[in-house]
Amino acid sequence: MTFTQIIFLVTAAVILGSALMVVSTRNLVHAALWLIVTLFGVAVLYAILNASFLAVVQVVVYIGAIAILFIFAIMLTRREMRDRGPQLNRGWWLNIIIAGLTFGGLFWMLQGWSGFSKAAADFPSGYDAVGQLGKALVSPTGFVLPFEVASVLLLAALVGAVYVAFARK
Amino acid sequence: MNFWTNPVNFVAQWLLGLLTGWGMPGWLASLLIQFIGVVVLVSMMMLIDIFLVWIERKVVARFQDRLGPNRVGPFGMIQPFADIIKLLIKEDITPDGADKLIYNLAPVLSLMSVLLLWAIVPLAPVIFGVDLNVGVLYIIAAGAIGTLSIILAAWASNNKFALVGAFRQVAVLVSFEVPMLATMLIPTVLAGSMGMNEIVQSQNVWYIVLAPLAGLIFMVAAIAELGRAPFDLNEAESEIVAGYHIEYTGMKFGLFYAGELLHAFTFGGFWAVLFLGGYRFFGLENLGPIVAAVILMAKALFGYWLIMWVRYTVMRIRIDHMLAFNWKFLTPLAFVLLMLTALMNALLRGTSSGVYILGMLLTNVILGWVIIEILRGLSRRERERIEGVATVKNFPSPHPLSQGERGKG
Amino acid sequence: MQNDWLYIGLFLVVGALVPAMALMTSWIVAPKKPNPIKQSTYECGMETVGENWVQFKAQYYIFALVFLVFDVETVFLFPWAVSLGQLSLFAVVEGIVFILILIAGLIYAWRKGMLEWV
Repeated sequence: MTFTQIIFLVTAAVILGSALMVVSTRNLVHAALWLIVTLFGVAVLYAILNASFLAVVQVVVYIGAIAILFIFAIMLTRREMRDRGPQLNRGWWLNIIIAGLTFGGLFWMLQGWSGFSKAAADFPSGYDAVGQLGKALVSPTGFVLPFEVASVLLLAALVGAVYVAFARK
Repeated sequence: MNFWTNPVNFVAQWLLGLLTGWGMPGWLASLLIQFIGVVVLVSMMMLIDIFLVWIERKVVARFQDRLGPNRVGPFGMIQPFADIIKLLIKEDITPDGADKLIYNLAPVLSLMSVLLLWAIVPLAPVIFGVDLNVGVLYIIAAGAIGTLSIILAAWASNNKFALVGAFRQVAVLVSFEVPMLATMLIPTVLAGSMGMNEIVQSQNVWYIVLAPLAGLIFMVAAIAELGRAPFDLNEAESEIVAGYHIEYTGMKFGLFYAGELLHAFTFGGFWAVLFLGGYRFFGLENLGPIVAAVILMAKALFGYWLIMWVRYTVMRIRIDHMLAFNWKFLTPLAFVLLMLTALMNALLRGTSSGVYILGMLLTNVILGWVIIEILRGLSRRERERIEGVATVKNFPSPHPLSQGERGKG
Repeated sequence: MQNDWLYIGLFLVVGALVPAMALMTSWIVAPKKPNPIKQSTYECGMETVGENWVQFKAQYYIFALVFLVFDVETVFLFPWAVSLGQLSLFAVVEGIVFILILIAGLIYAWRKGMLEWV
């Protein structure tokens, strides 16, 4: 087992464990904090895969913005920090079966895929991954349309936020 | 290779030879050497941090026409060590209703988020922790952990003042992050890279000359990010006593304090790296990496001194003014500047360096002038409106202390 | 590249250990004499009233929402800015259009009074 594999296994265990804590803890702020651990674990996975840009963006956007938004939302809305309701809904056994089947199916499908057992390749030295991403984002043969649509999508999000803010008043 | 031209690598090679000579496997030896490198860098920053306490106290004393610490050691330089001993032997009080684990975790995270920043600061061409190709975003990512620590500290200490302070601080942090990101894009555009070392290397002309407005906006946003006056609403003493670290005593408070000081110094350093040419100083850096590191530290101290100068000169701004200042002034200005810089950079790329520099500088100067003219026009109209209301109807303004009176003064 | 991140990981560990060590030292050295008065929540010497769960202005949340949009936007702009030197003027204009669309959003929010601290 290589060093990278050990780090991956530890990270994966942390991600799964903290994700479980998100849904099982009864304290809402604690749930948000466990969620941050999960998101940070995903950033570590990106770093293991050599995706530096995604790793940093994961931390900037998810921990720096979305988690903060969650905590704000919890502190704004809930006077009661502790959730006293039942933690399982009625169809929980069905959900477990569906989740198990999905996992089994994915595992079965990915087993035969060659990329599944390959380590992430290192970039050749001097390879400018972020620059390549930037070129792909604005080149007419690349992703220029999604790039501009993303802007429109963000605009829509902003307009939606304005609407929600004023519907409240 | 010798010690003078590449000290870090020299020591690392020597250690590697020593350790493998003892029969240690190669990968473990290099990991151990990296670990030692990190420990050395972190301890150096902590040592500088201790020294910063003395600098801050001495400088604030000078600004306020006092002497500052001058009893313990020469010029009071041993004072911070005495402070540390005091902080260590203070009783550590954990308030009732505190969430123990998170309460203790928050100060650690707070200092850690600042220390993390030093992993990417290029002290010299060959002395740097790591040259990430996403360095600029990494600064923001490490800052995210700092933001988190503030919320955690406030929530875990179960105190109303702390929560109010943290909410204010986080609102300011997230708001001013937008112009900061936008102005960080400008050195990225000019250098064509997010790597700190490459940004420094490409500054044949300091970016403060090519983009003075960006440097200014970055500095303002940095001061806000640091939560220092005039943006120190998070710990406005007259309103909420101390803000998010109100319930912290002893060493835990000390960690927050140390984190704050080191953060200010670090942002001075980043300001130097992004806009003042980093470790470069008219060819002086070619003397050797150690000279280069000293140059960077001197520039970082200069940035830190600027931050202190603003802090002890300008008074606190109200939160609505502050957010309006950010969203209605800094953010649009930063984005307009970004667009202009990208455009001018593309247009002037082929020209000689003299034309390029002049074009960039003129873009900034003209934009600055236009902005000032617009502001002047708006304030004139506002003044006329208020004076018109006051004289024609002979009506006292509804709130004697609000805009009406201030408009005249 | 992975080595870079390994280094950052080491930094994370050491950066957490150093402050933690300071806390440990203080925990060993400092006296511990707790009493209920000392441990009560600090409110300028007054008796604490009610929960610490004070209701916050929704405005905080709204500013965080606006911030989120701009945060994601600038993240998109960073790769564009890095590759700008090797791109044509057309690509520069694409980036500017991207920014302009979002500035339109900012102006909309501004006109709707969302940026007011009420």
